[in-house]
Amino acid sequence: MSTNRRFRRRLAAGLSVAAVTALALSACSSGADPEAAAEEGGELTVWAWDPTIEDVAAAYEEENPAVSVEVVNVGTGNDHYTALQNAVSAGSGGPDLAQVEYQATTQFTLAEALVDLTEFGADELDGTFAPGPWEGVRSGDGVYGLPLDSGPMALFYNQAVFEEHDIAVPETWEDYVQAGRDLQAADPDVYITNDTGDAGLTTSLMWQAGGHPFDVEETTVGVDFTGEGSQKFVEAWQPMLEEELIAPISSWSDEWYQGLGDGTIASLVIGAWMPGNLEGGVPDAAGDWRVAPMPQWGDSGFQTAEQGGSGMSVMADSEQQALAYDFLEYAAVNGGKEVRVDDGVFPATTADLESPEFLEREYEYFGGQQINQVLSESSAAVVEGWDYLPYQVYANTIFNDSVGQAYVGGTSLADGLAEWQDALLAYGEDQGFTLE
Amino acid sequence: MAPPTLRVPAPRRSRLSTPSNPRRSPLLTVLTGIVLLYSLIPLLWLLINSTKTQGDLFSTFGLWFGREFSLVENVWRTLTYDDGIFVRWLGNTLLYVVAGAGGATLLAVLGGYALAKFDFPGKKAVFAVVIGAVAVPGTALAVPTFWMFSAMELTDTPWSVIIPSLISPFGLYLMWTFASQAIPTDLMEAARIDGAGEFRTFLQVCLPLLAPGTVTVMLFTMVATWNNYFLPLIMLRDPDWYPLTLGLNQWNSQAGTAGGDAIFDLVLTGSLLTIVPLIIAFLFLQRFWQSGLAAGGVKE
Amino acid sequence: MSVTSSQMPAGAAAPATPDPELPVSPRAASTRGRWAGWWFLGPFMLVFVLVFIAPVLYSLYLSLFHTQMVGGTQFVGFDNYIRAFSDGAFWAGLLRVSVFLVIQVPIMLAISLLVALAVDSGRLYGRDFFRISIFMPYAVPAVVASLMWGFMYGTRFGLVGNLNDFFGWNLPDLLTPDFILLSIGNIVTWEFVGYNMLIFYSALRVIPSSLYEAAAIDGAGQWRVVAAIKIPAIRGALVVATIFSIIGSFQLFNEPAILQSLAPNAISSSFTPNLYAYSLSFAGQQQNYSATVAIIMGLVTMVIAYVVQLRGMKQEA
Repeated sequence: MSTNRRFRRRLAAGLSVAAVTALALSACSSGADPEAAAEEGGELTVWAWDPTIEDVAAAYEEENPAVSVEVVNVGTGNDHYTALQNAVSAGSGGPDLAQVEYQATTQFTLAEALVDLTEFGADELDGTFAPGPWEGVRSGDGVYGLPLDSGPMALFYNQAVFEEHDIAVPETWEDYVQAGRDLQAADPDVYITNDTGDAGLTTSLMWQAGGHPFDVEETTVGVDFTGEGSQKFVEAWQPMLEEELIAPISSWSDEWYQGLGDGTIASLVIGAWMPGNLEGGVPDAAGDWRVAPMPQWGDSGFQTAEQGGSGMSVMADSEQQALAYDFLEYAAVNGGKEVRVDDGVFPATTADLESPEFLEREYEYFGGQQINQVLSESSAAVVEGWDYLPYQVYANTIFNDSVGQAYVGGTSLADGLAEWQDALLAYGEDQGFTLE
Repeated sequence: MAPPTLRVPAPRRSRLSTPSNPRRSPLLTVLTGIVLLYSLIPLLWLLINSTKTQGDLFSTFGLWFGREFSLVENVWRTLTYDDGIFVRWLGNTLLYVVAGAGGATLLAVLGGYALAKFDFPGKKAVFAVVIGAVAVPGTALAVPTFWMFSAMELTDTPWSVIIPSLISPFGLYLMWTFASQAIPTDLMEAARIDGAGEFRTFLQVCLPLLAPGTVTVMLFTMVATWNNYFLPLIMLRDPDWYPLTLGLNQWNSQAGTAGGDAIFDLVLTGSLLTIVPLIIAFLFLQRFWQSGLAAGGVKE
Repeated sequence: MSVTSSQMPAGAAAPATPDPELPVSPRAASTRGRWAGWWFLGPFMLVFVLVFIAPVLYSLYLSLFHTQMVGGTQFVGFDNYIRAFSDGAFWAGLLRVSVFLVIQVPIMLAISLLVALAVDSGRLYGRDFFRISIFMPYAVPAVVASLMWGFMYGTRFGLVGNLNDFFGWNLPDLLTPDFILLSIGNIVTWEFVGYNMLIFYSALRVIPSSLYEAAAIDGAGQWRVVAAIKIPAIRGALVVATIFSIIGSFQLFNEPAILQSLAPNAISSSFTPNLYAYSLSFAGQQQNYSATVAIIMGLVTMVIAYVVQLRGMKQEA
């Protein structure tokens, strides 16, 4: 991959009218000492969409006066990865550090764009982070980032609406579907939840059900949505779609925020980072919302999954990898992490997840509920062994081309998933992966 | 060397329209009024909703005012949000418009003049090549252009937006047709006989005659640069260099991330503030634009 | 209608009228040296080569290779082109923009022409107000227009929803697969009716009065004047506007790209060829194939624009 990058870079330089010397590949900084680097100082560029990283940078600069950190928000969602991928293939203009969601880590690891942090002793942090996020930044024996936050899932529900229609908080998915029916029967304007086809939600629910649709071993990939776990999702969701129990409102749209505020959307099964979005985006519903454990698929014990969540990685093109690691460690496990937790980020560090102070924090927005009790419990029950595809970002962008059609009556979920599966395998083969 | 003294008045076509003074027709006015409403209602919607708080935006009728009139507050919040990044975007947009549209106009005027008034080797090929390249979708050029600019270390700088903005094939075409009509060849001959060099002939004799066409091209390139979205999307990463269009889209999509702040009210107010300067420019310059278009855009 | 990168209004491009052999005094050319014109055209061409020609050549070059995440880059000849010709997603996108083109462009141009004729007729009350107001949407960036209409299309809280509640109507959800092309067509029409109207109106303004006087002597009525004098006189403008609109339709991108987050199941990643090329390249890291798709689209666009130009010219002659 890197020879290919160099090749393209040379080509681009040759084609350009003003010939510019191609940047030399950054020297490997193996063996450098992060702390010494921080004392020596320098300038770091960080690409992150999370607004709390700004606060971390400010705190870090205060402790390390010789270092200046510039935080740049290069775009949200896919725009972020597009910019990062472009910088990687151009071989210049990229940051020293980048925020990367767990689902995207393998893609950039495979492109040799991220530094293996074991050279700075990151492997010794084993046990510091909750298992889900820690798995998300590792690949083989390497550690390609440190977890910043996590998104163990839970049921966020509008208690006012539930009480008004006398609906019990569902404990199983069966109950959940029934609650959807009851709500619709009571008031056709009220839906149990919204969904217009969301790859992240779909795969996370399969994850929780014990499914393992993506199987990745080095450059060998397998995709199979016919397994038991994946099918449980289909069996629950298909009738909800057919009976029109799910509001056809796209998440994150203005209508979504409106629906969360006025009771149209009565609940969400979503990652633990949601409280901040509710407080900020749905201020009118303060006091109405509560958090409950994720509905369960069956009797195999309490199980949950992660949705979203991100780590931060040191880029291979960075010329100050040691200094970058010092900042990263600060942001993920030291003072910077404290700053972020104070800002309301849901942590990935076990020490915080288990600290009484964190667990007993009461949230006024949630009627004084100690929501971290529920969320932390969820974090500990995440099913292990989940894999994301090494091209998950792209996979998710084409999700609606196939599976999404089931949401507008064009096909069934099972057929849509089969079509997605074919598309993902074809893409994998085209990209040179070995198919299982 | 005597300066060219010849002053031949520019050929002026008298502005004529349908003969006589036709009677006003209420029926026609009403029918055309439908299109008028179609054009204005969305703008009215934007204006009205810019006066609402986010709460009212979500809960009150779209074509009437909300419970609170908070236009001033919205404008203030738009301008000060995130340390006044909107003002920075406005400044960037102005920079891109002045440098990009200004430069594009200059190049188009020079080039159109050359195509209209000179014979030179390769002239026929020029326009074929320009048109051919334009038909290739911008998305196709984006990645290669990005890699080239990246190799020149121009990405994430204002240059990466300004340089591609310098080319306006439509402007070149407009100036070509305009110059061939507006500048009598005899006049250039006279200047040359008087001993004026090519550039002097251009600057002192021809350029004044090209003024209406120049204004037209400038307005078109201005609108194009002001509305530019795709290219900056690819080239720029640092929001400090964003133009307004990109910034507004970032505001709109920031509601979609964990920890993101949903600011749909500011997106609407920001949209309004983005449109207003252009509308003012239109109203101000529309007379020039009219005459330029009439003479240059279309031949009889 | 969505060309933002190439800096043209409304996807402007092909000229219908300029004649490459405009009369130039032979003396001017000979006395001043054959290359004098290049001094003036040179700066334009220099930048043009940098931002258009070089990337096009680069794209042509890229289209002959295949880069994989695993395995690197290989020369594959015309494999990418062969793949494109059997790629259902690409052809479906092309068909979609063709349908869009065949329906939206005539409607938009017809409205523009009728308004231009109405304004030009002098029979409107408040003519200037009409002209300026209808032109105004052109000042709205495609991004803002799409965001705005996206808000308004909402059946729950948008204007459509408001109207349904208020009048008890039952307007459909315009962001579903059945209506999405219509919704996009509406945004594009809204943006460009005024722009095209102004082009037509400007052309109408320069029709020599002698033609009208002749018609008056013949006792021709309003409609006869329109059909026999006005329309033929502005044929050039009609051809130009048609070609711009065709290129704009084929390059449709901004509007569907922005609406995609609101209507993810109605607007697929290959909804229009341009969107497809973008998705392949930026999300899918398939730059080689993306370049191929874009080049084919460029060729198709050129051919169609050329045919329209030829036909337009023929009728004019």
